[in-house]
Amino acid sequence: MQDFSHAFTLAFGLVLTADADLLEIIALSLQVSLTAVLAACVIGLPLGTLVAVGRFRGRAAVVILLNALMGLPPVVVGLLIYLLLSNAGPLGWLRLLYTPEAMIIAQTVLITPIIAALSREVIEQLHQEYAEQFRSLSVPRAAAAAALLWDARYSLLTVALAGFGRAVAEVGAVIIVGGNIDHLTRVMTTAIALETSKGDLALALALGIVLITIALSVNAAVMALRLTATRYAYA
Amino acid sequence: MPEAIAIAQARDAVAAKPAGEVSGLTYQAGGRFLIDSINLRIPGDGITVLMGPNGAGKSLLLRLMHGLLEATAGTVRWHGRGLDDDVRRQQAMVFQRPVLLRRSVAANIRFVLKLRGRSSDQQVEQILDEVGLGGRAAQPARLLSGGEQQRLTLARALVTEPKVLFLDEPTASLDPTSTAAIETIVRRASERGTKIIFVTHDLGQAHRLADDVVFLNGGRVAEHSPAATFFDAPASQAAADYLAGRLVLR
Repeated sequence: MQDFSHAFTLAFGLVLTADADLLEIIALSLQVSLTAVLAACVIGLPLGTLVAVGRFRGRAAVVILLNALMGLPPVVVGLLIYLLLSNAGPLGWLRLLYTPEAMIIAQTVLITPIIAALSREVIEQLHQEYAEQFRSLSVPRAAAAAALLWDARYSLLTVALAGFGRAVAEVGAVIIVGGNIDHLTRVMTTAIALETSKGDLALALALGIVLITIALSVNAAVMALRLTATRYAYA
Repeated sequence: MPEAIAIAQARDAVAAKPAGEVSGLTYQAGGRFLIDSINLRIPGDGITVLMGPNGAGKSLLLRLMHGLLEATAGTVRWHGRGLDDDVRRQQAMVFQRPVLLRRSVAANIRFVLKLRGRSSDQQVEQILDEVGLGGRAAQPARLLSGGEQQRLTLARALVTEPKVLFLDEPTASLDPTSTAAIETIVRRASERGTKIIFVTHDLGQAHRLADDVVFLNGGRVAEHSPAATFFDAPASQAAADYLAGRLVLR
């Protein structure tokens, strides 16, 4: 129990003194996960919208696939990306293995189905409301999709948040393709795993505190935004 | 011949020419004929009111005439043309429940103006003034009252300058003041030359608005007559029963 409280004291000390190593790890974690969320939104939002608005053969199968892929195991994604990027793999020539870029790719693969599947649900619901009016106004399909994306923006922000939560908290994929290399590919989750195995609970706890604080802050910010939007009936 | 008479004759000639021609229109679903071989000639001007008991097919006929649904059989022609994209772009529809974008009042108008390749703040202001929503441009559309929301959907339809405007019970859940405001806007649009097709259950409203009445029963046209004839001497038993407040049996 004494060790536990000592670790907490050290952890808060690291956070309060803005320890350089700690900041470096936090910065890389945010850089990797935010870039992955951005990339996943660029791919996933149009994909989700296309599935929501489009009527094509095999649509039901695509919906089932997207929903199933939301539960992709991170280690499996990590392994697949590892095989692709390793020297013997088809993309080995890019020399991306054990770089932050590889970690971004792995997290993007992991969360794109989440963004696509959840945005599909949000857009489809809104489309049901707008569809007849849009047909009556002869709104072209692309304009309809853009309007749906814009009008669902606050709900889609929550979707992006879900993706960010998954990305920033996952460890399996980034440890395989990133390698947890100090000052290069060490992010919060891989550092927590490593420091815990070494018995350095202070740094692991400090990172844990930061991780939870980030998650709470982002959630609170998005919720505040949604509440404001709802008050003005824009959400 | 005085010029005024010539103009009046020309106007009568245009009015006599039907705006819409519905031939053998049929809509079948679940093995039932919901619209059954309807033939109609919709006059070129004024307000045509579609009436009939629940389930008669009024809203369905409206959607088929506007091209929102594909008919099982039959044709709909407007001003001599089939329901192609150009024809549909010259039409607009207002639904029973206002469907508004999650944006400001002005942005809802701007959205359709942009679709038609036009977008001027002056036009937005003008149409909002016309429907009594001047000064509300910046407000969130979905925070307006029910009557105001319906006036906004009407403004959004009218700003496209439609040749034909379909209205599906637009005042069904509105108070008398809002209903009066909607009726005034509709009448004004009709006077400006927009052909109005109006579905209503409300006999009083039909009295106030209709130039001609199409009475539907069981997916068929039971009667289509000028309003005065319809209300004073209905030709069909179904219409007579409906006007007398008796149950209309198919």
